[in-house]
Amino acid sequence: MSTTSTDSAADAAAMDPAVPVPDAAPQQPKQMLRERLAGLRGGDLGSLPVVIGLAVIVIVFQSLNSTFLNSFNLVNLCLQIAAVGIIATGVTLVLLLGEIDLSVGSVSGLAAAILAVLNVNEGLPPVVALLAAAAGGLVIGTIHGLVFTKLGVPSFIVTLAGLLVWQGAQLQVLGSQGTINLPPSGGLQQFGRFSYLADWQSYGLAVVLPVLFLAAKLATRSRRTRAGLPVGAVWVPVAQALLLLAVLLAVVAKLSIDRGVPWIFVVFVAILALVEYVLRRTRYGRAVFAVGGNIEAARRAGIKVDALRTSVFAIASMLAAVGGTVAAMRLGFANQSSGAADTLINAIAAAVIGGTSLFGGRSRMYSALLGALVIGAIANGLDLLNLSSALRYIITGTVLLLAVVIDALASRGRRSAGR
Amino acid sequence: MSADVLSTEPHTPPVGTSLLSLTGIQKRFGAVRALSDVDFEVRAGEVVALVGDNGAGKSTLVKVMSGAGPADEGSYRIEGREVSIGTPAAASAHGVATVFQDLAICDNLDVVANLFLGRELTRGVALDEPEMERRTVELLEQLSVKLPSVRIPMASLSGGQRQSVAIVRALLGSPKVVLLDEPTAALGVAQTAQVLNLVERLRERGLGVVLISHNMADVMAVADRAVVLRLGRVAGRFDMADVSREQLVATITGADTNVVSERAARVAGRSAAAPAGTEGNQA
Ligand SMILES: Nc1ncnc2c1ncn2[C@@H]1O[C@H](COP(=O)(O)OP(=O)(O)OP(=O)(O)O)[C@@H](O)[C@H]1O
Ligand SMILES: [Mg+2]
Repeated sequence: MSTTSTDSAADAAAMDPAVPVPDAAPQQPKQMLRERLAGLRGGDLGSLPVVIGLAVIVIVFQSLNSTFLNSFNLVNLCLQIAAVGIIATGVTLVLLLGEIDLSVGSVSGLAAAILAVLNVNEGLPPVVALLAAAAGGLVIGTIHGLVFTKLGVPSFIVTLAGLLVWQGAQLQVLGSQGTINLPPSGGLQQFGRFSYLADWQSYGLAVVLPVLFLAAKLATRSRRTRAGLPVGAVWVPVAQALLLLAVLLAVVAKLSIDRGVPWIFVVFVAILALVEYVLRRTRYGRAVFAVGGNIEAARRAGIKVDALRTSVFAIASMLAAVGGTVAAMRLGFANQSSGAADTLINAIAAAVIGGTSLFGGRSRMYSALLGALVIGAIANGLDLLNLSSALRYIITGTVLLLAVVIDALASRGRRSAGR
Repeated sequence: MSADVLSTEPHTPPVGTSLLSLTGIQKRFGAVRALSDVDFEVRAGEVVALVGDNGAGKSTLVKVMSGAGPADEGSYRIEGREVSIGTPAAASAHGVATVFQDLAICDNLDVVANLFLGRELTRGVALDEPEMERRTVELLEQLSVKLPSVRIPMASLSGGQRQSVAIVRALLGSPKVVLLDEPTAALGVAQTAQVLNLVERLRERGLGVVLISHNMADVMAVADRAVVLRLGRVAGRFDMADVSREQLVATITGADTNVVSERAARVAGRSAAAPAGTEGNQA
């Protein structure tokens, strides 16, 4: 029993925060820093590459075109990344299982078509059309999941077939019309293009969120104290909350100079926050990580693996559908190329760039937001420079490859450190 | 500290009472008689080693006990009462926990998450992390299992630590009997000692432990009794107090006690490995 406590430095090197680490990890700042540095040496780069990458992107585009960082453009950026971010949130879930969903683009396009047809052609109220589109996604994902789990068809094939089938369905739903415009004064376009938080709402959120964050941290801290577990210094969560407050206030202030914080962006972040909560704080989320980590272990622990995987595919397709409706609401129309082109690759790229491993079982907090910001900033910046498609594809593809390489290297590092 | 987290003690029978007993177990795989007429018993507070050469039927017997591969014939008693154990769930409901050789651990999750996998504690919908961590720390302390932290992913633990966590996890269900299939197979000297210490602690807690091992040194070190299987039959039962390693090896290989077998046993003992060194003798 003597070998255990000596090699904790080496163990720290293998630490990987891409798994659900409860917020209560009792660490003193010095120890946190030491483990962080050890982690960096051990090949775990954390969210550092993304943040640095984002900074580089911002600096490059800002120096090439000084309008990049102005309020008008940043509000546009928020509008632009909402849809892809919501789709990427669903992709994150599937990647956590160690699977892939190649149909999210097509499903988002089909959902856009369903939304437009029900609202415009059938005259149904916006909310009903939205719910129907989301429900359609849920049904589609359930089909994917059942074919995958019950028939044993690899997810790659199931969703590749889905990519084609649902694109066909989209064309069918749109019929001969090709493009259906949402009425400019209707609820859908109003919400997608012209709805922004009022100042009191956005500043209120910017203050309330850090307060809630701090309250949750302190509550956990006191429960740990009562349980006799070690706790870190109080000022750490306080400092974190203050930092969050500063960032949120700065963002809100910047966006409020122009139109303000778009509602669809708030919807995206709210969905992401809900998914993050479920993933990291509930039994369901724990089961998702377990299945992605070792499916046999999960099965033996009594987790209903097939039902779980089916549900994840269902949620992913539903989020793809929601993302598709958000895109349609923002653009003001649904057409035959809704959800086509680079929707799929952007969503997967956002999830991976943000720090979700393709090997399953690992995802950093809020990876869909970080990744969507990177993808969105590149597209937006190139648009400003009138360098649209060709270069954007090349750069986005390269960034995705880079993210995958970092993921693969980190995974190899874990294997060698994992003894 | 508060009450015992294992909460096994209140209903653990006194040392020496029969916890699990099998009689007349038969198991066939097609033409192969994997087990014929095997009797086996585990009592409270003892470590029974199950030894035998490759293909002797050890894993088959463990599968019978763990519910993963029920017997064709024979009776299965838990604390004297006849039970029918057809699934792993039924076995664990009757207090029989198994740690299979492939540990079935999620490397991406931390120690606490692995211990409570599939039976997490919650407050409302949220996981009750402080409570799970408290119980984990307490449990590891009671069993003197030392880990660098309970909040590091399993991937960064050593083999012995991983094995220890797997065994501790089996204990969370408050079992009476723990089946360990080759728990020290892939471990070095220090880590083996670590796991054997843990086995001894299970015995101190009044559990019945079945230890499958090819390593005679381990068997001699911790077992109270040994049951030797050979070609699907019980070839011998020994009290470890009055058996030598040579006798054990001879029974495993099926050689009579003669000069040849004793020499073979000595060679086997010197090469420290399991019966591999005596194969020539068996043929
Ligand atoms: N599923 C099965 N189908 C057919 N034969 C089997 C099966 N499982 C075991 N056997 C046979 O039963 C016999 C006993 O095998 P078992 O795995 O129990 O041996 P063991 O003592 O565990 O050996 P080892 O030390 O190699 O693990 C062997 O002859 C084996 O080939
Ligand atoms: Mg075996």
